[in-house]
Amino acid sequence: MSEQATPPPAVTPPPDEHQRVEAAAEETAKRESSFARMMNSSVGRNLGLVIALVVLIIIGVATAGDRFASVDNMLTILRLASVIGVVSIGMTFVIIGGGIDLSVGAIVALASVWATTLATQTMAENSTWLVMVLVALAVGTGCGVVNGTLIAYGRLAPFIATLAMLAAARGLAEIISDRKTQIVDVREFVEFFGGSFLGIPRLVWIFALVSAIGWVLLNRTTFGRRTISVGGNAVAARLAGINVKRHTLYLYMLVGFACGIAAIMIIARTTTGSSTHGLLYELDAIAAVVIGGTLLTGGRGTIVGTVFGVLIFTTLTNVFTLNNLDTSSQAVAKGVIIVLAVLLQQRVAGRNGST
Amino acid sequence: MTEPLLQMHAIVKQFPGVRALDGVDLDVVPAEVHCLLGQNGAGKSTLIKVLAGVHQPDEGSITWQGEEVRLANPIAAMRLGIATIYQELDLVDGLTVTENIYLGHEMSTLGLTRRGDAQHAAEALLVRLGHPEISPRREVGQLSAAGKQIVSMARALSHDVKLIVMDEPSAVLDQNEVHRLFRVIRDLTEQGVAVVYISHRLEEIREIGDRVTVLKDGRTVATGLPAKETPTAEVIRLMTGRSIEYVFPPRRAEIAADGAVLEVRNLTRPGEFHDIGFDVRPGEVYGLVGLVGSGRSEILETVYGARKAATGTVSIRGKRLRAGSVGAAVSAGIGMAPEERKSQALLLNESIINNLTVASLAKFSRGSFVQRGDELTAATEQVEALDIRPHDPTREVRTLSGGNQQKVVLGRWLIKGCTLLLLDEPTRGVDVGARSEIYALVRQLADDGVAVLLVSSEVPEVLGLADRVLVLREGRAVYEGPAEDIDEHQVLDLVMEGSAA
Repeated sequence: MSEQATPPPAVTPPPDEHQRVEAAAEETAKRESSFARMMNSSVGRNLGLVIALVVLIIIGVATAGDRFASVDNMLTILRLASVIGVVSIGMTFVIIGGGIDLSVGAIVALASVWATTLATQTMAENSTWLVMVLVALAVGTGCGVVNGTLIAYGRLAPFIATLAMLAAARGLAEIISDRKTQIVDVREFVEFFGGSFLGIPRLVWIFALVSAIGWVLLNRTTFGRRTISVGGNAVAARLAGINVKRHTLYLYMLVGFACGIAAIMIIARTTTGSSTHGLLYELDAIAAVVIGGTLLTGGRGTIVGTVFGVLIFTTLTNVFTLNNLDTSSQAVAKGVIIVLAVLLQQRVAGRNGST
Repeated sequence: MTEPLLQMHAIVKQFPGVRALDGVDLDVVPAEVHCLLGQNGAGKSTLIKVLAGVHQPDEGSITWQGEEVRLANPIAAMRLGIATIYQELDLVDGLTVTENIYLGHEMSTLGLTRRGDAQHAAEALLVRLGHPEISPRREVGQLSAAGKQIVSMARALSHDVKLIVMDEPSAVLDQNEVHRLFRVIRDLTEQGVAVVYISHRLEEIREIGDRVTVLKDGRTVATGLPAKETPTAEVIRLMTGRSIEYVFPPRRAEIAADGAVLEVRNLTRPGEFHDIGFDVRPGEVYGLVGLVGSGRSEILETVYGARKAATGTVSIRGKRLRAGSVGAAVSAGIGMAPEERKSQALLLNESIINNLTVASLAKFSRGSFVQRGDELTAATEQVEALDIRPHDPTREVRTLSGGNQQKVVLGRWLIKGCTLLLLDEPTRGVDVGARSEIYALVRQLADDGVAVLLVSSEVPEVLGLADRVLVLREGRAVYEGPAEDIDEHQVLDLVMEGSAA
């Protein structure tokens, strides 16, 4: 044995080594505490969104005056927000769970067409308008089952599977409707969903209800907790005994179900079913979710943020319309808002460490 | 000896909660092959990233050809003449060999690439590396792993390189390719280039290496050992031995001989392990010992259902588990603390509470509504019982030190109430000071009646903590017996059977 091979003296760590490392970890935690912790609380995280909405409202009042600040106009904004809002709540779950669904708009179209075919409407006339509701929900959920199965069990990338659904569902809607707009003749259906309750349109109530249920589901149930775990670290979730595949399937079923509800709402609002309903909903929903503070990589997000995101976009549209600005400039403003929101989000995330 | 090319002195690199490097010394002279040895997590990867300019050290100095330098970024390291060939080769599959070699410093005139010149130069480099058969016009995606490695080296040589760092280059190569690689390395050293060579395989180091530096726990435990003469047992002892004396908790006097919790019979996965059988009893810590590639972690993952056995059975309390199903394992009461804590166990952005209860949500819910009060009470209890610092269950797990993160993982299974706990490298990335706490915790769990199956690359850890051990060599059991009846040297002899002195 050569001399170099003699064992080196045992290296003994300084006795305070442990405390020092703990102190360092403590320090790291402390540094982010004041600002970032506030930003992480539900109030703080949505503070920017509240400010953005308030600014928009001020602009609205300043430029359009009473035309903007009337009860009627407020209800118009909320009614507009409600359909895309319900879709966005569903989208929030899928994105927190680490996925994405590009097919929401197409599913809305397909469900709206299927629920208003002559056959369905005849059945509804003969029994009850609930038949149309059930058909829309079943079609939406069914599309979700297909998406979810392909993604969870067929291991397709969510982007690809739902892109395929986007093309196929809208195509099927066109085939079924023969590209014609289908008028709804079931009076009870239109009267129920077109009506108001306590002076507020039922569509708005539905959006409020869906948001509330979504909030409870995400924040207070095991389903919500599992969604965050699956999106935050799928491997850890699996090794903790969570059935990640089944949960992924449920998530796509959930967003499909939300699309079914949205289809019912859009049928009521327009009194038609059409293969052109829900065009570009996927982009609007993703945009609302993202500016609401949900991470596109999954594992973190809020329902309240999404609701604000939807309201911001709808109010923006309303303010632009009242000022007779065209849709092109609206689109530019939307783009700017998305970029600003995500930049802000990254700053906050960056402050929280880069792991 | 000649003037050193590179001297790294007392390098310290701290990440949140863990000191990855804690005083590393390394010196390399021109035209030598300097081997860097150490277990996973010893700090090799961090060290070469410091050398490549990816990480900046918190303390310590780097001297290059007699001058102190700061490697602020990978380009700075490249300019000095340091090239790094990573395990995951950083080549673009869709580009040709030539385009890859000159990626980032294309030969061009007024923005137009001079393809002919580049191709000739690339050809010359490939010839210099002894691989004229690789066409510079081939797409890199079509090359074998060995071919890609050569292209990576050609890229390094296309800069004026003086030192090439190779991170486990042989991991993806077969025997023949390894020999060809060694020929290339010898040619390079004859041309005056120094090589830092990282590998787990000791026989390779004997063949190609000049000197050896051994890292352990982020420290240099030996440097400048002659690669050819140092006895294998000595090198392994340096890698696996303890650099510090740990206090292990006392074992329980008597463990009931019957009533096994876990029964493993004839478990086989071709290429990983063969015909493994053992029992673990309640209150017992059972250790699996072996080198990297002995199948120890694979066995653990198979018991947990994360891998599916080809043949053989795993039973819990006499009931056979469905193979390859984590769900079945978890509902049978098996808990797992995996080796890669951050990527496989923790929800880093979530609170301690949510991490503690993620495996037992059903327990904290009524009609699928989470009972947050119960959850908080249980989490607070664990935080105090395990002394998870800081004592704040709402703290995000990301901000905790490695030792406290490991306690969170253990706490998760304590809350779940498991009958068998699988521990894979329980003290990896845990600061030396916190290790004794983890050991005490494991022993306490066993005393409470849990059966523990332990895997660790640190032989003293297994011998000190386990009641019985199973020694593995290349996927086969070579010894089973009480941990007290065997010492570190005997274990090392067993795992290296044949080369035993």
